[in-house]
Amino acid sequence: MPDDHRPLVEALKDVPHEAGVAKPDPILVADDVMRHFGGLVAVDVDHVEIQRGTITALIGPNGAGKTTFFNLLTGFDRPNEGQWTFEGRQLAGVRPHKVAKYGMVRTFQLTKALSRLTVMENMRLGAQHQRGEKLFASIFPFLWRGQENEISERALRLLESFNLAQKQDDLAGSLSGGQRKLLEMARALMVRPDMIMLDEPMAGVNPALTQSLLDHIREVRAGGTTVLFVEHDMDMVRDISDWVIVMSQGKVIAEGPPHDVMSNEAVIDAYLGTHHDKPLTDSGEALTAHPEEV
Amino acid sequence: MDWSNVYSQALTQGIGIQAVIFCLAAIGLNVQFGYTGLLNFGQSGFLAVAAYGLGVSIAYAGWSLWVGLLVGIAAAVLLALLLGIPTLRLRADYLAIVTIAAAEILRLTFRSVTFDPIFGGSDGINRFADDFYRYNPYSGPVKIGPADFSQNDMWIVTIGWILVVILSIIVFLLMRSPWGRVIKAIREDEDAVRSLGKSVYSYKLQALIIGGVMGCFGGFIAAIALQSIQPDYYSTDLTFFAYAVLILGGAARVLGPIVGSVVFWFLLVLIDGALANAVSSGAIDFIRNDQVGQIRYWILGISLMLLMIYRPQGILGDKKELSLDAR
Repeated sequence: MPDDHRPLVEALKDVPHEAGVAKPDPILVADDVMRHFGGLVAVDVDHVEIQRGTITALIGPNGAGKTTFFNLLTGFDRPNEGQWTFEGRQLAGVRPHKVAKYGMVRTFQLTKALSRLTVMENMRLGAQHQRGEKLFASIFPFLWRGQENEISERALRLLESFNLAQKQDDLAGSLSGGQRKLLEMARALMVRPDMIMLDEPMAGVNPALTQSLLDHIREVRAGGTTVLFVEHDMDMVRDISDWVIVMSQGKVIAEGPPHDVMSNEAVIDAYLGTHHDKPLTDSGEALTAHPEEV
Repeated sequence: MDWSNVYSQALTQGIGIQAVIFCLAAIGLNVQFGYTGLLNFGQSGFLAVAAYGLGVSIAYAGWSLWVGLLVGIAAAVLLALLLGIPTLRLRADYLAIVTIAAAEILRLTFRSVTFDPIFGGSDGINRFADDFYRYNPYSGPVKIGPADFSQNDMWIVTIGWILVVILSIIVFLLMRSPWGRVIKAIREDEDAVRSLGKSVYSYKLQALIIGGVMGCFGGFIAAIALQSIQPDYYSTDLTFFAYAVLILGGAARVLGPIVGSVVFWFLLVLIDGALANAVSSGAIDFIRNDQVGQIRYWILGISLMLLMIYRPQGILGDKKELSLDAR
């Protein structure tokens, strides 16, 4: 397993633990991204950077705007204002398939395995620059057969590492929920992304599969791909993330390594409500009185 | 009227001109609806612009048959672009609304008094395809088993089935290729395909054009076989019969349209002939002879409903695939 990501992860050591902090080598930089639905402000992110080569978790209570932020970054939704760059390229207003082509690939909270295609066909679909996907070349198999074989080989290797190789000829619809999550992640890797964005990769996954899923995500990082994921499962967040970004009510409210963030008072307040551990009467001074006690 | 005549009539129609026309229309729909999931309810419009493109080129502009065919194909491509560009970014139902309206607008335009000198109003364009029959290799009527064809019918039917075979092979090759993989993936989940870096819009537009052009050959066959282009032939009925043919045979199956159109026309003519025979011989006395034409559609409609209930995947479809439909 190559360890190219080590220095990039190490570099986070010197980064201050505060919201919107600058990173030494950001792959994604977002500024003033705002999305509101009528009067409701779903996302209002002033500034956020994602360090290259790391596993970054995006957490926050329900309705914090995490998935909406994902949708905005990947072009599936359009912001009311704001811009962001990926690998130095402006991505605001870029259509979702272009975003994927530029190397930022996402998965979905509700898994989108294509159930009437086989597992292998699902995988092949992820490969880019396929000659056989051009209309006129497609009816001449000799033009794309060679490339198709290469794609299949790569797909098979990925399927093997995700323990899905024996399922390659089954329809994806026959897989279990957890296997579909794995397939979707493997398929996203077929794109050869620079950054993969996983929306709740653990949701609905059998706990027995959890450990192997975590290993897969670490492998993805080891392969040089930056990982950003949304997750509610705090054990997973603590286990594998190098950095955690916390959103609440559309804003980034805290950042830092997992252990630090989880003891941050603003974060606990966001999850459990303000002053949850203080008597209601002296809530005014509570904020400053015992910041470290929580 | 005798029963063997009813059977031979049904068989003749089952592999005859109408079967060819609807088969070609259904092959186009199969690409659009069966494989891509596009609800094109204006297939009659594609057949109409092809037929009129051909007819007007020959009868009005005085061009040759070949130029006329090219004009017809170009018209079908243009129609697909016109319908697809504004609607394919929207939800699927918008395409359905726009296509059904566009097909009706086309029909009403073709039959309007204003354009009578070009399109021939409600009489349409007649006797323009003599060139085609000049190439006829058959020297007389042809019998294939109990089926019976006149010299000219046999020629157009031959060309028609050759076209069906060629287009079916193209569909087979397309759907086996990576292009077809993207198309079938779009039918299931557009966002998944987008997230993998494919332009869904562009593929849907390609499918709409391919399906339109394939269907437009049905328009050519209809125009040439009847030596006549009647505007009202290209009504919404044509589209819905083509859908019936496709669903009967099995959508998203290469042979679906072929099986569907043969069975559809065979049954329709058989029911028609059998009923007429029974009524005139007195075996059925509660139906008048002039009601048979309507009642055969009742029976056909009921048969299609039963098919949908007990075999929703059509004759050739795969039940397993249908049951996985997660939408």
